[in-house]
Amino acid sequence: MAWRDARSNKKRLFIYVSAIIIGVAAQVAITSFRDSLNHTVDNQSKTLLGADLEIETEQSFPEPLTAYFDSLGGEQSTVIQFPSMVLFPQNGGTRLSNIRAIKGDFPFYGILETIPQKAAHSFQADKAALVDQMLMIQFGIEVGDSIKVGQVTLPIAGAITKIPGESPAAALIGPRVIIPHSVVDETKLIQFGSRVEYKRYFKFDSQRNLLAVETRLDSLQNDLGIDIDYETVAERKEELGEVIGNLAKFLNLVGFIALLLGGIGVASSIHVYINRKIETASVLRCFGASSNQAMNIFLIQAVVLGFAGALVGTLLGIGIQYFLPGLFSGFLPFDVELVISPFAIGMGLFTGTGVALVFALLPLLALKQASPLYALRKLEGSITSLLSDKTKAVLYAAVALAVFGYAALLTESWLIGGVFTLGMIIAFGLLLLVAKLLIKLVRKYFPSHWPYVWRQGLSNLYRPHNQTATLMLSLGLGMLLISTLYFSRDMLMEELEFATRDDAPNLVFIDIQPDQNQGLNELLNENNLPVLQNVPIVTMRLDSLRGKSTDAIDDDSTNNVSDWALRREYRSTYRDSLIDSETLVAGEWIGRVDSGDGPVPVSAAKEIADDLNLEIGDSLTFNVQGVPIQAYVASIREVDFQRVQPNFFMVFPAGVLEPAPQVFVTVTRTPNHKISVSIQQAVVKQYPNVTAIDVSRILATLNEFISRISSAIQFMTLFSIITGLIVLASSITTSRFQRIKESVLLRTLGASKKQIIKILSVEYLFLGVLSALAGLILSVAATWLLGYFYFDITFVPNLWVIVIGTLLITALTILIGMFNSRSVYKKTPLEVLRLEAN
Amino acid sequence: MASNPILKVTNLTKKFRSGNHDITVLKHLNFSVEEGTTCAIVGPSGSGKTTLLGLCAGLDRPTAGEVKLNGVKMGRLSEDERAKIRNEYVGFIFQNFQLVPTLTALENVMVPLELRGMKTTEVKRDAEKLLFDVGLDDRLHHYPSQLSGGEQQRVAIARAFINKPKILFADEPTGNLDTETGLTIEKLLFDLNEDKGTTLILVSHDLSLAEKCGRIIRLKNGAIFEDKVVDEAKLEQFNS
Repeated sequence: MAWRDARSNKKRLFIYVSAIIIGVAAQVAITSFRDSLNHTVDNQSKTLLGADLEIETEQSFPEPLTAYFDSLGGEQSTVIQFPSMVLFPQNGGTRLSNIRAIKGDFPFYGILETIPQKAAHSFQADKAALVDQMLMIQFGIEVGDSIKVGQVTLPIAGAITKIPGESPAAALIGPRVIIPHSVVDETKLIQFGSRVEYKRYFKFDSQRNLLAVETRLDSLQNDLGIDIDYETVAERKEELGEVIGNLAKFLNLVGFIALLLGGIGVASSIHVYINRKIETASVLRCFGASSNQAMNIFLIQAVVLGFAGALVGTLLGIGIQYFLPGLFSGFLPFDVELVISPFAIGMGLFTGTGVALVFALLPLLALKQASPLYALRKLEGSITSLLSDKTKAVLYAAVALAVFGYAALLTESWLIGGVFTLGMIIAFGLLLLVAKLLIKLVRKYFPSHWPYVWRQGLSNLYRPHNQTATLMLSLGLGMLLISTLYFSRDMLMEELEFATRDDAPNLVFIDIQPDQNQGLNELLNENNLPVLQNVPIVTMRLDSLRGKSTDAIDDDSTNNVSDWALRREYRSTYRDSLIDSETLVAGEWIGRVDSGDGPVPVSAAKEIADDLNLEIGDSLTFNVQGVPIQAYVASIREVDFQRVQPNFFMVFPAGVLEPAPQVFVTVTRTPNHKISVSIQQAVVKQYPNVTAIDVSRILATLNEFISRISSAIQFMTLFSIITGLIVLASSITTSRFQRIKESVLLRTLGASKKQIIKILSVEYLFLGVLSALAGLILSVAATWLLGYFYFDITFVPNLWVIVIGTLLITALTILIGMFNSRSVYKKTPLEVLRLEAN
Repeated sequence: MASNPILKVTNLTKKFRSGNHDITVLKHLNFSVEEGTTCAIVGPSGSGKTTLLGLCAGLDRPTAGEVKLNGVKMGRLSEDERAKIRNEYVGFIFQNFQLVPTLTALENVMVPLELRGMKTTEVKRDAEKLLFDVGLDDRLHHYPSQLSGGEQQRVAIARAFINKPKILFADEPTGNLDTETGLTIEKLLFDLNEDKGTTLILVSHDLSLAEKCGRIIRLKNGAIFEDKVVDEAKLEQFNS
């Protein structure tokens, strides 16, 4: 019977499930892609690290460590990594780059890909450099040209296209330049204060017990008093697995929203469908069918359709998976090996069927309550009015519980699942509220003197079973997601760009040696560039806090201080006054002391004070390159770290650190890009070890990064928009009968085809504009809250996002609406009499 | 009888395609209706009554033959041109009332004139007057779902007369109403028709209703089985 009933409604029923198809496709694509990523990580695990073990320190390896390396055997390779300016003598171009000086055959696993490939093997012997292909293209440099790194000029042997275990996006932050280890000293770039990473890579022949190596490295770290970081293949794998897991969880949730929208579409369509089927069900009841039999006919339809939708969605999702590597390739440190995941397929089938069933429950249970009397007397109003409020509440709670359970399953966290469900309930509730409010306001304040077609188009929104609120919910939610994404991105970029406006600094020189400081400042003055800040930096570590050594605090599992704050290297400054980015929030600012006057009064930034749980008067011991300095917290400052200028966690008073080894940072502002480039070139030529940080370039990089991330998220949000449009198409199909009846009636009364088209267009215009507005209102509110509570930024909405977003959603709504209504205005007026006769 | 037909049907034939077969619903009909008269079309189900009404009102095109409405050959006009004729000269009353559910009673009545491009302020007074005439002056701002069947049909009658039609087509106007309400609606329809001097073409199963018209055309199997004048006085009442 279920089949017999369904076969006459095949087309209509299929469109019901297309919303499910899209939602399931999104889920399957992401889950399948996640499994492919994990599979790739498993397969290429050694390539990700390029070795079996990596050991890293921030200073050159001390003798006991190199002795231990020697005892480990296997193949070894050394890499010294540091940032530095590079210069291309051919055209004078300069760029802050990530220099790696390699000795040995690193990477042991995977291939360092270069053009030409032989350059990867010959550059060490040929004393040549390998340069990131992106950098070469940017500066118009070719293989055979030269590059100046510090004091050394090397021929470029090849362009780097891929480094195993590194994502192409890494080149955006710091283009990679590989040089032979043998030329490092000649570059004269490694000086006091330089930020250098010393790495040793190992390849072992047999299964080495790395646990024993790790234990030995821990004890060497304590004995030598230096930080020794190490990473094994298993750790890198775990780390990547976590990143992939988090990415998949986030995208899965975005995809899940599409599925939820699909569910709402199904609920609303089945509701209208069953409302129309109540007479059939009642007639069956008259002929002796039980209430369960009557319900089961439509229950079977819902389940079968859900399964069919899930099946098509699953197949589509597997297909979509093949497009995903293109979206994420910039961030992935490997080429993805795509696999078909049985788990994703199972999940897609289960979810699609489940969603169809769960969201169809309300009208189905109402159908069970329907009296056979409705065969004789038409039911006025909605079928769900047959259910008691209590039953409805239980059903809604069951749906919310199912959503919560599934979200928790996706994210493997009850908390995130709960927050997501709550967020969705609030978003859906608010959207529905705003939608209904807008509809009400428009109806109330709509100018009654407007032309008839406008009033008729508007009043169509109130057509019985028109699903206007559902449509506004689904289209509005898509709008909400996309515009919040745009608004947040805009807000962050505006804030970052704000830092570079007017007289804000935009060029920072770091790693200036004391004997270079005056010369560099003079160079800036000669070029009419202001020295906005010139501050000394002294590196130090924390030895003890409140009389307890940092090691002892670290070992104490009950300690309430951040490990990061305890172990980090502090780059502090000294001065006699506060600067304009700082405000004193506690204690007393002491700007000058004489050395030998006892503990030094230091000022801590609020962030670090929170992390170390500092209070005024707390004692601290700093290790300033071997010299212990007793200090105490004299004041706590609120610091605006968003300013483009050196800001410090710890500020010492003048009079103490002056004799300590130090480097300088100079901040200036260049009026334009051309002058910025020329001063960087001049500085690199004269002081090759000094690094220039061009703020506008950082902003461009950040923008590029955010754009890439946004496009990945937007791709997932697209599913929500598509689902919204399918719900729109399906709803128009559902109410087609009513539309035909109305338009034919109007034609009978003398309306022209043009008038009918106008009326329908006005209806979709209002639907689109109101949906977009509902989504935008909430989106502005959500972004404002996000800015206020999370980023601490005052959000000013971008008018263009609002205008373009509204136009786009409205245009799509009109387009799809008119396309699906094309048969409506083609019907002849005689239909009205035929409909009468039927 | 004065020869002044508002409707002239000549050799009218209508065929529908069903699968591979043509079904002839109307076969070579010929008749004319004088202006200001009342005429009922009766016949059993499937005799072609509704099809004939649709063709006479210009809702569809004939397969062969011709319909001349108010002197205009309808077959030669496009759908939009026919819509314009309907809007200017024709009124309709349906069995299921056919009110727009999202418009109030007053707005429903105003629709034909507003479709013509007239402003609300220009047509509101006439619409209110007509609703007063049909006894619904206290229901102006009610939606169709808030009205009884009889009340809905009164709104439909008021709408049918708003454009001062020359000819009114009524398809089973009392078919969905109880006897008592049906009689009230009948009276209202005929009274208004008489008052406005409109030609009335009525399709019905109900012989007692048909007999209230001056002329009855009886259809059988798509052909005119009988065409008789019931009451010469009624037929002539508006022509005298």
